[in-house]
Amino acid sequence: MMNALLDVRSLQTSIAGRVICSNLDFSVKQGECWGVLGINGSGKTTLLHTLAGLRDRDAGEIRYRGTALETLKPLALARQRGILFQDKSDTFPATVLETVLTGRHPYIKSWHWETAGDIAIARNALQQVDLMGMENRYINTLSGGERQRAAVATLIAQQPSVYLLDEPTNHLDIRHQVKLMQLFDGLKNRGNTALVMILHDLNLAARFCDHVLMLFGEGKTLRGTTLELLTAANLEELYGYPIHKLHDNTRTIFIPA
Amino acid sequence: MYRKNYVLIGLLTLTPLVILAALMVGSVSLSARDVFDALLSGHATPSSQIVQDLRLPRALGAFSCGALLALAGVLMQVLLRNPLADPYVLGISGGAAVATLVAMLAGANGWLLTGSAFTGSLLSMFIVFGLAQARGNWSPTRLLLTGVVVAAGWGALVSFILAIAPTKNLRSMLFWLMGDLGFVNTVWPGISVLILGLIAALLASRRLNILLHGPLQANALGVDVGKLQLMIYVLASLMTATAVTIAGSIGFVGLIVPHLLRLLGISDHRWLLPGSALLGGCLLVIADTFARSVMAPQQLPVGVITAIIGVPLFLFMLHRSNKPL
Repeated sequence: MMNALLDVRSLQTSIAGRVICSNLDFSVKQGECWGVLGINGSGKTTLLHTLAGLRDRDAGEIRYRGTALETLKPLALARQRGILFQDKSDTFPATVLETVLTGRHPYIKSWHWETAGDIAIARNALQQVDLMGMENRYINTLSGGERQRAAVATLIAQQPSVYLLDEPTNHLDIRHQVKLMQLFDGLKNRGNTALVMILHDLNLAARFCDHVLMLFGEGKTLRGTTLELLTAANLEELYGYPIHKLHDNTRTIFIPA
Repeated sequence: MYRKNYVLIGLLTLTPLVILAALMVGSVSLSARDVFDALLSGHATPSSQIVQDLRLPRALGAFSCGALLALAGVLMQVLLRNPLADPYVLGISGGAAVATLVAMLAGANGWLLTGSAFTGSLLSMFIVFGLAQARGNWSPTRLLLTGVVVAAGWGALVSFILAIAPTKNLRSMLFWLMGDLGFVNTVWPGISVLILGLIAALLASRRLNILLHGPLQANALGVDVGKLQLMIYVLASLMTATAVTIAGSIGFVGLIVPHLLRLLGISDHRWLLPGSALLGGCLLVIADTFARSVMAPQQLPVGVITAIIGVPLFLFMLHRSNKPL
């Protein structure tokens, strides 16, 4: 039996005294796309950072491909998981290509520079997010959406097994939202990768995620397939607002009442 | 994007020319030919003494000092992720100043004075580091606030010492505070720290590029941010301490040189570091040559000249630039 790419057992994590999840078990296997849903402040970002190993947890185990998080060295961990943050920080000028190349860090030995191969991977990543031709632009001159796509390109260049994405469709127009989700879809289907993404757009979640994890607050969570769990009743409880579920031929659509 | 290489090559070519000019200029004007003869001659002629005993150490001292300050400036800017950071922002020069002025009051000179400057720098480095660490959390903001406040404290002490110092000490104290390359006698300490420091910084340069995008992002990519920040802090402090020990607190170079290079389109630390060292060194050699010859035999404070050259140069480049800062 193959190891799950990400295995979580009895996870409890909290922030500022508030419990986000308690005794949470779930496994992310290759080819899966997990949507993390919850109201603002339910701890989605905190959970993602905990899964990434960027902050400590209260209890439980996190394993990447069977190896416990603690035993993975930083560079090895960076090859297992990549994270897309909500906020991007660019204090000094750097070009788009230079920024995307930073994603290759886990694969370049300490005293070495990027190889032609690394640069090709970075350029390919830029092409996938539709930023070809922008490689010499300065990163802080990009629009919000372009900056977001550049960050995704950096992640793609990092080639992790598990993509942890914090609101990846932020700042993007409709076309780029769908294109990006299709890009992620393609990535996970190509083998040996899986996605865990925080989403606010229920319709994107319905369309692209095969599993969901819902954070209700006070430690209560629900996790399972989208088919089982993405119901109007669950969502109403989750968001504290009435939601209608509609069907349009092949698509499921959620709209607020 | 070969521009980075052109700039570096340009600076590498400029450096020996600038140093040669420094060896030629002075109260005794020498031609380039004279300088070469003086450098290569085995026996002591008046020219060779001027060049070898006076001008060469001074030029090399100025170069290493300028290079050290520029490098420290680059490192401070990435450590604090702040374009306004310079080598002195965390109090190094303040500590050196207090120690040196106290030593001057006590009548020390020569090696004792040099030793005081270095000791004061290191003391300040440890104090700021210790205080900023206090709760284990080492954010740039915390470090910056601690450093700025400690620097202010040193500044107050400096004012106090100046206020109570006897008149006969005042002039030398003021000149030390404004930066003075007149007392360089050994060049090897400065040059060794420069070379070793540059190598150490270059080895970390790719990680410095990554750190520019924030510690969370750097952490996520596998960079040991804590260790890297500590190493930058110590390296920058040592380089600043060395520069200040050689020549007092020469301002402006550490802040402006990295930005001048960024305006030329150099953002990658692998080029920014050596480029800053070369440009900082050249700038200070030029400034010092002016400082000692423009109103000869009177020597002007070199920090004044770096500002006179640097300010218009920087404003001009900023004005012409279409790059975002």
